[in-house]
Amino acid sequence: MKCEELLKQLNEYVDGTVDPGICAEFERHMAGCNPCQVVVDNIRKTITLYRAGVPYELPLEFRDRLHQALRAKWRETHSAD
Amino acid sequence: MTELNPSATTDLELVHRAKAGDLAAFEALATRHAERVYSLALRMLRHEQDAEDVTQQTFLSALESLPGFRGESSFSTWLLRIASHAALKVIRKRRGLDLTSLEAVTEPAEEFGQIPHPEFIADWRWSPAQLVEQHETRRLLEEALARLDEKHRLVFLLRDVEGFSIRETATALGLSEGNTKVRLLRARLQLREQLTQALGDPATRLTPGHHEH
Repeated sequence: MKCEELLKQLNEYVDGTVDPGICAEFERHMAGCNPCQVVVDNIRKTITLYRAGVPYELPLEFRDRLHQALRAKWRETHSAD
Repeated sequence: MTELNPSATTDLELVHRAKAGDLAAFEALATRHAERVYSLALRMLRHEQDAEDVTQQTFLSALESLPGFRGESSFSTWLLRIASHAALKVIRKRRGLDLTSLEAVTEPAEEFGQIPHPEFIADWRWSPAQLVEQHETRRLLEEALARLDEKHRLVFLLRDVEGFSIRETATALGLSEGNTKVRLLRARLQLREQLTQALGDPATRLTPGHHEH
């Protein structure tokens, strides 16, 4: 396996959905290819960072507006019975 | 009694109470999840007013659809699915398309062969756990994300951040699974490149390998 071929399987490898035969080949390549090891590690960390935490705060004024809208909708949907 | 200790009550308990007619329970769910929904919408739409509209619409839809929520997925997953679809609807409207697909009818096949090889390859100076604690990280992440083309950004957000499967992502965006995978790879590699430029330790920099083993 060449580095270029490894790139094509990168998604599946990172997601753990690569088929076992290719996975073994992938790992054989990585064992002898430091750059590919680092790229895989960088990508895993990239995904981890984007999944972690909540990047934006809710504007305060909007928070109030949201709750008002929810209460109005609640009255509308719960007043029928 | 509807006394709520938000941190100690699970989403599912709140859902049960809300279904039984407890507005405070539903508001507690909104308080708990609004920021996450808003962040997803803002990352997808890059427009604050649109993100607020989508957030409000998401919770209004959730309120209406709550009787149908069976708990097959977690409440937050269910909510974020609603939010993603609401945001995609805004994007379609922006593009002036009233189609189910975000793409032109003839979606060209994207090739793995044209994927650029990683350039800046180095270990990062900090672990993700350390980075999450650093104030500048958030800005770095959001700037890198903003630099992606919309078509790559959306695939990355749905698949990697919100945990859609490849098939769900493809369906939501009206793409083939093949193109979804290529876009995902491009997005991951571009973000990796940008983050590594900023976070990589130059002392550990490696030359991209073009060799065979």
